[in-house]
Amino acid sequence: MEIPYSVKPRPDTGLYNAKVGIWLFLASEVMLFGALFCSYILLRVNAPDGMWPHHWLNIWLGMTNTIVLIFSSVTVVLSWASLKMGQFKRYKLYQGVTILCALTFLCIKSYEYHDKFIHYEVILTDGRIADGHIEKGQTTADTVALLGWWPKDEAALMDPPMGHPVEKIEIPRKQIKTMENYGPWHNTYTAIYFVLTGLHALHVLAGAIVIFAIWGPLAKVWEQDPERYINRVEVSGLFWHFVDLVWIFLFPVLYLL
Amino acid sequence: MSLKAFHIVFLVMSILLAFFSGIWLLRQYASSRHAQDLAAAVVFLLAGGAMICYGKSVLRKLKHISYL
Repeated sequence: MEIPYSVKPRPDTGLYNAKVGIWLFLASEVMLFGALFCSYILLRVNAPDGMWPHHWLNIWLGMTNTIVLIFSSVTVVLSWASLKMGQFKRYKLYQGVTILCALTFLCIKSYEYHDKFIHYEVILTDGRIADGHIEKGQTTADTVALLGWWPKDEAALMDPPMGHPVEKIEIPRKQIKTMENYGPWHNTYTAIYFVLTGLHALHVLAGAIVIFAIWGPLAKVWEQDPERYINRVEVSGLFWHFVDLVWIFLFPVLYLL
Repeated sequence: MSLKAFHIVFLVMSILLAFFSGIWLLRQYASSRHAQDLAAAVVFLLAGGAMICYGKSVLRKLKHISYL
C-alpha cells in the first residue's frame, strides 16, 4: 500500500509529507540554536567589565564565509527552479556549485580553527604575558618560540589594538607559569564560539552530504519519478536555507559585536 | 512555506545583515581609521545593493511558483 501524500500535496494543507516533516524538524532546530544564542547572551551580559574579547576573529574570513553561504543559497534555489522547468543539466551545474560552496565554507572554518589551536597565551613567572602563534619549527624542549606581542595586562589581551607590532618571542620554558592555546577550554568566549560554530559546521557538513547524495547517487530518481525528485531537492534546500540563516545571525554576533 | 518563500525571507535577512555590517564597519572606521574597516564596509554595502537587485529579478523569475 502506498503512503498517501508522499509526492502529491494533501488538498487541505497544500503540503506533501516531507515538507511537513522538514518544517517540524526545523522548528526543533530553532529551539536548539535559540537556546545556544540565549546562552551566549547570558554569558556575555554577565561577563565582568572589559573581560569580553573583541577583534579575536578575522572579519575578512567571516565575511568571505558569509558571502559563500549566501551565494550557495542562491544556487540551491536556482537548481530547484531549473528542475521545475525540466532543465536537469542546469540543476546539476547549480547544485554542483552549492556543494563546492559548502566545501569552501568548511575549509575556511577549518583554517580559522587551526589558527586558534596554534595561538597561545603564555603567562610568565614574573607576571608578564606573551601572546601569539607558536613557531613549531623553532620551539624546542627548552624554549617556546612565538610570533606575537606583549600585552600589558589581561584587559589589553581582551581587546588587542589593531595593527599592534608583532615580533618573534623566545621564552625559556623555565620562565613559563602557564601556557594555553585558544581552544574551547581557554575561556568562556572561545567555549561558546566553538560550540556555536562547531554545531553550525556540523549542520553544513550534513546538508552538503544530503545535497551531494541527491545530486549524485540518487539522481536516477529524476527519470523514474521527477516530482518526487523535485520534492527532495526542495526539502534539502529548505534545510540548507535554515543553516545559512543561522550563520546570518552568527556572523555579526561573533565577528562584529 | 515553499523554498521560494523561505528564500525571500532569507534574502531579506541577508540584506539587513549586509547593511547592518556595512554601517557598523563604517562607524568602526570613523574611530579606528583603518583602511580594511572601510574596505569591508564598502564590500558589505555593495553586497546589500546587489542582493536587492537579485531579489527583484528572482521574484520575477519565480512568479509562477507557489509560496506554499
